[in-house]
Amino acid sequence: MLARMKRPLSGVRTLRSRQSWSTFMIAVAWLCAGLAAALLALIVLYAIRRGAAALNLQFFTHLPLPVGIAGGGVANALIGSVEIVLMASLFAMPVGIFAGIYLGLLGRGKLAYSVRFLSDVLTGVPSIAIGVFAYTIIVVPTRHFSAISAAVALAIIMLPIVVRTTEEAVRLVPAAIPEGALALGIPTYKAILLVTVPVARAGIVTGALLSVARVAGESAPLLFTAFGSSFWSPNPNTPTSALPLLIFQYANSPYRDWQQLAWGGALSLIVLIFAINITARLMFRRMAVR
Amino acid sequence: MATESIEIASLPRTTTTAVRLRGAQLADRLVVGFFGLAAWLVLLVVAALFVTLAIAAWPAIKTVGWPALHSALWDPNNGKFGVLSFVFGTLVTSGIALLLAGPVGIGAALVLAEVAPKRLAGPVAMLIELLAAVPSVVFGIWGLFVLAPVMRGAIEPALARTLGFLPLFQGYFFGVGILTAGVLLAIMILPTIAAITRDIFEAVPAHQREGMLALGATKWEVLARAVIPYARSGIIGALVLALGRALGEAIAVAMVIGNKPAISASLFSPGYSLASVVANEFTEATGQQYLAVLVGIGSLLFVLSMLVNVAARLLVWSVGRSQSAARA
Amino acid sequence: MIAGRTLSAEKTLQTEHLTAYYGSVCALKDVSMRFEAGAITALIGPSGCGKSTLLRCLNRMHEIIPGTRVEGEVRLDGKNLYDPAINATEMRQRIGMVFQRPNPFPTMSIVDNVLAGVRLTNKLRDRTQLQELAEQSLRKAALWDEVKDQLHRSGTSLSGGQQQRLCIARALAVEPEVLLMDEPASSLDPISTTKIEDLMRELKGDYTFVIVTHNMQQAARVSDYTGFLLAEESTPGHLIEFGTSSKIFTTPKDKRTEDYITGRFG
Repeated sequence: MLARMKRPLSGVRTLRSRQSWSTFMIAVAWLCAGLAAALLALIVLYAIRRGAAALNLQFFTHLPLPVGIAGGGVANALIGSVEIVLMASLFAMPVGIFAGIYLGLLGRGKLAYSVRFLSDVLTGVPSIAIGVFAYTIIVVPTRHFSAISAAVALAIIMLPIVVRTTEEAVRLVPAAIPEGALALGIPTYKAILLVTVPVARAGIVTGALLSVARVAGESAPLLFTAFGSSFWSPNPNTPTSALPLLIFQYANSPYRDWQQLAWGGALSLIVLIFAINITARLMFRRMAVR
Repeated sequence: MATESIEIASLPRTTTTAVRLRGAQLADRLVVGFFGLAAWLVLLVVAALFVTLAIAAWPAIKTVGWPALHSALWDPNNGKFGVLSFVFGTLVTSGIALLLAGPVGIGAALVLAEVAPKRLAGPVAMLIELLAAVPSVVFGIWGLFVLAPVMRGAIEPALARTLGFLPLFQGYFFGVGILTAGVLLAIMILPTIAAITRDIFEAVPAHQREGMLALGATKWEVLARAVIPYARSGIIGALVLALGRALGEAIAVAMVIGNKPAISASLFSPGYSLASVVANEFTEATGQQYLAVLVGIGSLLFVLSMLVNVAARLLVWSVGRSQSAARA
Repeated sequence: MIAGRTLSAEKTLQTEHLTAYYGSVCALKDVSMRFEAGAITALIGPSGCGKSTLLRCLNRMHEIIPGTRVEGEVRLDGKNLYDPAINATEMRQRIGMVFQRPNPFPTMSIVDNVLAGVRLTNKLRDRTQLQELAEQSLRKAALWDEVKDQLHRSGTSLSGGQQQRLCIARALAVEPEVLLMDEPASSLDPISTTKIEDLMRELKGDYTFVIVTHNMQQAARVSDYTGFLLAEESTPGHLIEFGTSSKIFTTPKDKRTEDYITGRFG
């Protein structure tokens, strides 16, 4: 293909052969698009088929049962996931949004540059390495697995996403907005916080929601932080179950009942994450003011 | 006319909304300081991550050291900690993933950005972005229950029949193994590649296409000679980012790679990867050294993916800069 | 409140040897001029002559762009605005500004836009007084009749001309003495332009206006005084000629002014 690109446009090859080559290559590209869409659709549809069979009221309200007893649910994992993600949001969002506003509107120079660069790097750190980090700084000193340590791990994954989307969002606000406020004699910090930042709220909320969707499905960092549990864990300082963790553990088990629960969990997770994603996108469209 | 003053008059207004605080009041300074504190906190988190991983991995580096990178013998109970098979598994599965998903993802992005009618391309692109959000554990469970049996029953036998003269495609059909992990990773990074490259294609200015069309180029020639070359470095950046995601994937790989610390010429055979060994053995590790080695493997992964990411960012940044310079 | 007030001569705004830089580049050099209180002064000149920079120096909006610097003085009430003891924020409540493109705050309703200045500076809290102020300002900006039934709609839902008058109302609500207008009609249709010019004529006397425009007919129509600025090959933008508008547009003293107003360049 590379060699072909170097050839002159209308050299030895006739228009006719060039045209059929064009048709052929475009057909190949269509095939790629079809393959991609079909594969991914297949996975989701399959998860819906297998998962739907597992879903019933008990699935959402009961604890998992021991091997050999049919039925049981994943209620503790659902609650655990919500608990962990909520705590993570609580840790990550204030810091992330404030840092994003700083990068976008207030900061210049070395600090802003380093934060920007390191956030980008942090986005690419494998989540399992972040799990190892949370294990080392929290699980080891406290000597037990806990929902809190899992929330810290997820918060670190959320942080760069929130920082960068907030920065992008406030940066998109035209300079005319803070200038208009300053020209009215409004103090600078109010011109930024009360006039400029609200204009970017759609982008900020969207970024925050997308970061939630991203971490809600994370399983690797939970393995050695939340650890998992077959019971209710009202205390965030104890091992806690979470949906992605339960899917991983039950899918790898040899028992059909547990595998069934895993598929149900997978479907619930897909629905949850798609719902958050779609909400975020719709909200952005509705709230975006230009 | 003084061209200088025209340039500078238009320059600062469009580049940034940042407001400088000359003559700022106490309240302004407090607010900036407070928000700056949040920025410092982000720096602190990253620094803590670096330092903690380095400290935790240090005992492993000291006791096991570099020889571990040359040995594939992994027998923690007897103090043998060779990690070569994990490095091998990580690199090979990620390589397969990139090889498969790269062309397909770029082809799909070309269709979505350049060929397909907008009414079709819009929803499909939205769908692909949505699929990029599907958690890896969902891909993992699908890989375990659907992909692995298909690989064992159909794809691996077919490969052995047609390409069996290569050592790559010889041996038993396990279903779980290096090839399956590579294929699953390919499916996982496909939406990422397609979504990012589509954005890059859409950013190619119209005059690039029109210029080529005006030379009497066919539709494909416009894509191959105007659009793709213009977007080339952006595409490479997208591929490297996807590679980074594949290198660090733990859960999905752990579910289909077979979890066997061995290096084999056959892609059908089971293997292991850096991320998946940490995922599988971390909570079961007995003894300080075993745990330290696993932390060390995590750190190795961290360093590896960071190198890949920094390379990708630099690439994308330099392209962005040269392109915006070209536009100005 | 301010109706019927008169601006005394001491309220005159004036510059002394004003020089402005963007980074190391000088955009405006050594401008000394007076802006008559209660009158409309127009600043004209070709693109890049520094007229907008001069305007933005008058209420210290120039300095919010990173890397900029100002030398010389701007005086109001005989006090130098660039004195370190002067609070730029408070000063801007006395010298308001209307921009080239209307910039209503998109998240605020029409009435909230008008009241943004007094609310965010905590100048006024009483509900009825705020309502009165909003109506009064919108009336002055000749917008009240068009928006009185939709005060709580978004400011961005208005047409371009209405948005610009909303921005004028917003500037008037903080009761400034001086109003700086940076090509306020350049993005508007002729009818909206006429409305804004009428507005300025009605409000002058109570306010000192400084208007930057590239439209010489507009300068001739509305202004009492005109300053012509020009940047030449080797010199940055500076004041070439200043005088009453009737003089500048009929019998300019400087050859370059004549060339410009007769359309020979720029």
